[in-house]
Amino acid sequence: MSCAQTIIDYGLRSIGIGERLLPRADYTLCQQFTLIGSGLIWNLYFAVLALAFGFVLANLLALGKASRNPWLNRPSDAFIFVFRGSPLFIQFFLAYELLVLLPRAGIEIFGFTVQTSWMTRAWAGALIVLILNTAAYSANIFHGALMSVPRGDVEAADAYGMTGWTRFRRVIWPSMMRLAWPSYTNEAIFLFHATTLVFFSGFPAFQQQGDALYYARYFADRTFNPFVAYPIAALYFVLATLALIWLFGRVNRRLNRHLPGTVRRLRYRPLLMR
Amino acid sequence: MFSYCSDPSQLEGLVWMSCYLTSGTHLLFYASFGTVFLLLALTAPAALALGYAGALASRSQIAPLRWFGKIYTSMVRGIPDVLFFLFVPIALDQGLEWIRHQFLCDSDAPVRQGNDFVVCPAAKLPLSNAAEWVHNAYGLTLAVIAFSIVFGAFAANVLYGAMQAVPRAQLETAEAYGMTPRQVTRRVLVPQMWIYALPGLSNLWMILIKATPLLFILGIEDVVYWARELGGAKTSAFTYPHPDWRLYYFLALLVFYLLMTAVSERVLTRVTRRLSRGQATLGGEALGKEAAA
Repeated sequence: MSCAQTIIDYGLRSIGIGERLLPRADYTLCQQFTLIGSGLIWNLYFAVLALAFGFVLANLLALGKASRNPWLNRPSDAFIFVFRGSPLFIQFFLAYELLVLLPRAGIEIFGFTVQTSWMTRAWAGALIVLILNTAAYSANIFHGALMSVPRGDVEAADAYGMTGWTRFRRVIWPSMMRLAWPSYTNEAIFLFHATTLVFFSGFPAFQQQGDALYYARYFADRTFNPFVAYPIAALYFVLATLALIWLFGRVNRRLNRHLPGTVRRLRYRPLLMR
Repeated sequence: MFSYCSDPSQLEGLVWMSCYLTSGTHLLFYASFGTVFLLLALTAPAALALGYAGALASRSQIAPLRWFGKIYTSMVRGIPDVLFFLFVPIALDQGLEWIRHQFLCDSDAPVRQGNDFVVCPAAKLPLSNAAEWVHNAYGLTLAVIAFSIVFGAFAANVLYGAMQAVPRAQLETAEAYGMTPRQVTRRVLVPQMWIYALPGLSNLWMILIKATPLLFILGIEDVVYWARELGGAKTSAFTYPHPDWRLYYFLALLVFYLLMTAVSERVLTRVTRRLSRGQATLGGEALGKEAAA
């Protein structure tokens, strides 16, 4: 079987397109590269959607935490405490156990039946956990940045007669993003790497459709050789991480474009703030 | 455990619960929390030592050593930690068995035969007739090594950053006094770097605590393993039948970890305050003003 045929068969295997049966003999390099790369689709899916939804939620939470209203800041604080203080791995298990408690037949609301069984599947259930988790970490970063927005920026906005929403949208929020961005990049990398946990926690891999590490482990278990499959997965992750850093670096440049000379390049160096 | 527990089917309510929660398997569950603490106690110093070595290697004058240090410290940025936790134990296990195979076996057969990894019985680690605790201890040792390698790389990053943060003038002054590079490192650089490293190391400790349930992935009978075992629905064939209680077991684990991180955070805040005293940093000066006021 040629490599091109393998790619056609297994290139999209992780999302259920192509050959049903996973390879059971020889396990060529081409098969390993193709299937592990196919699994990366899931890691990217979880990372992109969790970051997108989590970003919005994190902004709301950061504002809630900064609010003087106890009805807003107490729940925000509690949410951030619970999700930052406990391991993501336990959160996955707990969420799965909670979601399977939902009635199988669906919930009746105003005569409509809302289906709930899809919630226990990894694509939805694990995504929800990842969104909430990254929202808590990001909210903490954004809150820190909001607290260190320079007083001068806010006073300048006041001098222009800006108030309320306009002042927030045009002055405070851009400054907050600019200050938070290096740490937020770091959080994005952590989250991207955390997506590998999904199929090792309670969520089952439906019809053996798993992520890159799921397939890497499949090959390592079958061939009793960890020295091929895991380095392949590692290579994919390094490349994807570099792409992520490049993308966030572009955003960082744009956020700082009005401040010539202050742009600090986002470097390939772990900042250990999570 | 209690004398009245001899026939659980006759018991009800709180009495039943007290017997249930002290059954033999539950005692193993409680003991597995000890595994978490043991892992933390072994990994933290090992990771700190590896991190220290890694940070010094990254600053080395000798190019190959420096490259090694740089690669070691930057690998954790691009590769998920879970991948190391899966890779390191099995790779180490096979490596050790391969070495033993060279010395202990008199066969010339290759170790890799197709999709099998074959060594003679004498080279197996641990030996197949070893006691069960030896197997468990071996598994845990491999896990500790895997954790130490990953967190050592994280720590190396923190310590490298801290060494860079020590003011250049301090090191130059030491050189002006005629100290050798070794003396500069030992007498000036290392004593001063800790206050710069502390925020990063505190954070690392929190990340380490939150990584401990990953022992489950390594096949260790840890808290997650027991929570799943004990929580699963038990039919009337069992001594203590109950429906699926895994949710409550995982809630208990969640509370345990929340307590661990909350307590750690408090202690670390106090340590930071203590170490900032008299330092030429913003934190140290703030403390000085507080004392003067």
